[in-house]
Amino acid sequence: MYVYDEHDRQIAAERVAQFRDQTERALAGELSEDEFLPLRLQNGLYVQRLAPMLRIAVPYGMLRSEQLRRLARVTRDYDKGYAHFTTRQNVQLNWPALEDVPDILAELAEVEMHANQTSGNCIRNTTTDQFSGVQVDEVADPRPYCEIIRQWSTFHPEFAFLPRKFKVAVNASEKTDRAAIQVHDIGLQMVRNDQGELGFRVHVGGGLGRTPMVGPVIREFLPELDLLTYLEAVLRVYNRYGRRDNKFKARIKILVKALTPEGFAEKVEAEWSHIKDSPTRLTREAIERIQGYFTEPAYDALENATELLASQRFDNRQFDQWLSHNVDSHKKPGYAIVTLTMKKTGTPPGDVSDTQLEQIAELAEQYSFGEVRVTHQQNVVLADVRQDQLFELWQSIEPMGFATANLNTLTDVICCPGGDYCALANAKSIPVAESIQRRFDDKDFLYDLGDIDLNISGCMNACGHHHVGNIGVLGVDKKGAEFYQVSLGGSSHHDATIGKILGPSFAQEDMPDVIAKIIDVYVDNRKEEEPFLETYRRIGIEPFKERVYA
Amino acid sequence: MPEVITKDGAIKQDSWVVVSRPEDGESLNMPEQPALIPADLWLAGKEHFEGRDDIGVWFDSHDEPEILEGLVNELPLIAVNFPKFADGRGYSIARLLRERFGYENELRAIGDVLLDQLQFMKRCGFDSYALREDKDASKAARALNFFSQGYQAATDTDVPLFRRRAS
Ligand code: SF4
Repeated sequence: MYVYDEHDRQIAAERVAQFRDQTERALAGELSEDEFLPLRLQNGLYVQRLAPMLRIAVPYGMLRSEQLRRLARVTRDYDKGYAHFTTRQNVQLNWPALEDVPDILAELAEVEMHANQTSGNCIRNTTTDQFSGVQVDEVADPRPYCEIIRQWSTFHPEFAFLPRKFKVAVNASEKTDRAAIQVHDIGLQMVRNDQGELGFRVHVGGGLGRTPMVGPVIREFLPELDLLTYLEAVLRVYNRYGRRDNKFKARIKILVKALTPEGFAEKVEAEWSHIKDSPTRLTREAIERIQGYFTEPAYDALENATELLASQRFDNRQFDQWLSHNVDSHKKPGYAIVTLTMKKTGTPPGDVSDTQLEQIAELAEQYSFGEVRVTHQQNVVLADVRQDQLFELWQSIEPMGFATANLNTLTDVICCPGGDYCALANAKSIPVAESIQRRFDDKDFLYDLGDIDLNISGCMNACGHHHVGNIGVLGVDKKGAEFYQVSLGGSSHHDATIGKILGPSFAQEDMPDVIAKIIDVYVDNRKEEEPFLETYRRIGIEPFKERVYA
Repeated sequence: MPEVITKDGAIKQDSWVVVSRPEDGESLNMPEQPALIPADLWLAGKEHFEGRDDIGVWFDSHDEPEILEGLVNELPLIAVNFPKFADGRGYSIARLLRERFGYENELRAIGDVLLDQLQFMKRCGFDSYALREDKDASKAARALNFFSQGYQAATDTDVPLFRRRAS
């Protein structure tokens, strides 16, 4: 993974000094709350319901063991001993003290971490597929391009005060889209053209929130060397023409819609024609230099351990279940991708203690070249595990609570912090996730249901991506009481779709029953192996409505 | 006399006055001192202002600098207004004036100009800053130089870090 050189280190150190200076001026009253607000947000610092919250960047989800250990130490020394993996591949601390934040940033900078642009109206952390570089069917490794975008967008002088936040995601597989690129401000799908050259299909104006939208394509093929100049053109058009009079209409999706995708594309092309050949145009050497940091680790030459695994599975049913659900195939023979699930019933999805962070660091060193990836489903991936070590790994993670074999099932809930932590929430989200996990605790039934995305957000900001859940749950406020609206049929994959609202909202205690009825309708109607989403698409929303509101 | 910060963080005294846009039907209220007038009004009365080195223009954040394409260097001073510091349109306007229209004279940030935005402004081509009056001008030099380098090419440098690394 990427390693800082002297330039990155210098910029990171100067950033810490700058934020220290800003914090001191804020505490001394030289900066008003209004003036400090965007400065602290651009450093990931919110002032929340109970305490400040610090969002630490994990660029495109990659973490090294030493970074995990440092995070563990920081949560112990400055917080209550746990952290939270977010739905955007970042990490949050829930209880740091404002005056400690500069010191926390200094500790993080020592291990090449930061909190830059994790919030605020600027270009945020670029996200990608957690299986990048190890999956079979990718066009090319997207991570070097994410790093290139990270560097370009870091303290970009023109785009620090955009109309609204701006999120870029990159996907490299043609079959799957684990990065949900079509619901980002810019979604970049890596493709090859007829000549075999590498480039991107550019989606602009997708997003969740109040006006959920699937991002239309504004350019079918953007050659890789043109990546940054084109992004600069898109951002410039947005910076100049995006709405600033109404916060709810300020995302780029509203501008794209107002101008139509064709109209927007034309404006971008016109702007781009001026800067296409500017010094910002990437060079082959610059890309290769960054690619040099993402070379393959020193894999052993192995055969697939098919027989060994077969006998281990035969002997141990739980291992068998875990293997079928939480382990994916790897591009190298003899290796596998393991997802450690942070979704044990009773723990808020994505929460990890300091000890667990250290355990993960240890596991990464022992089994996966000292690196992990954080997923937007709030899990952690060990991307390079030898197949002949899977059983041993499984035995050690089972007691740690990372082996809940529910990956991609109904109980692998994506859930935002909601009313328990978040000042913006309309309703709590964690207890809803938990009550559903408890209701569906029968593993066999769960596996029989297959893959179902259940996503929960505590308010319209949609941090829990509820619009694109096959089943989406949204906390709403009804005359001061917490209620939940359910939507069905959403998807964040290549067939990206915004879910449809089922009908009037429900009280919290009714939620497990409501979900159970939805599942019943699916089970009664599905054909053979048909997944939930396909059944829904075939039969429509009516049968679900009838059962739930009967 | 108002103070203005230079690119190096020095404080200079200055007598330019910003003339606000007149109400409908009213005419420009020209002062004795050198004056910055709305760019479109300068364009409309261009013959009238020809050759004067005490008349400059200002753009508001929603204005289009494109209207002065080809004419920018006739002006001794152009200002861009930041109605609120969080309105980032002025940064794009500045880069367009410098990089696209080749403006070479003084470019000034006016309006809600605070310390923590100065370095972004400098990188986008502003070379003088009418810091908001309640802010401490003695801290400007530090704020202009929080960072010794940036990742990107902008008005201040043609060479993004990825090109510097290569050489
Ligand atoms: S969706 Fe709403 S409640 Fe949940 S974390 Fe985001 S802002 Fe907070």
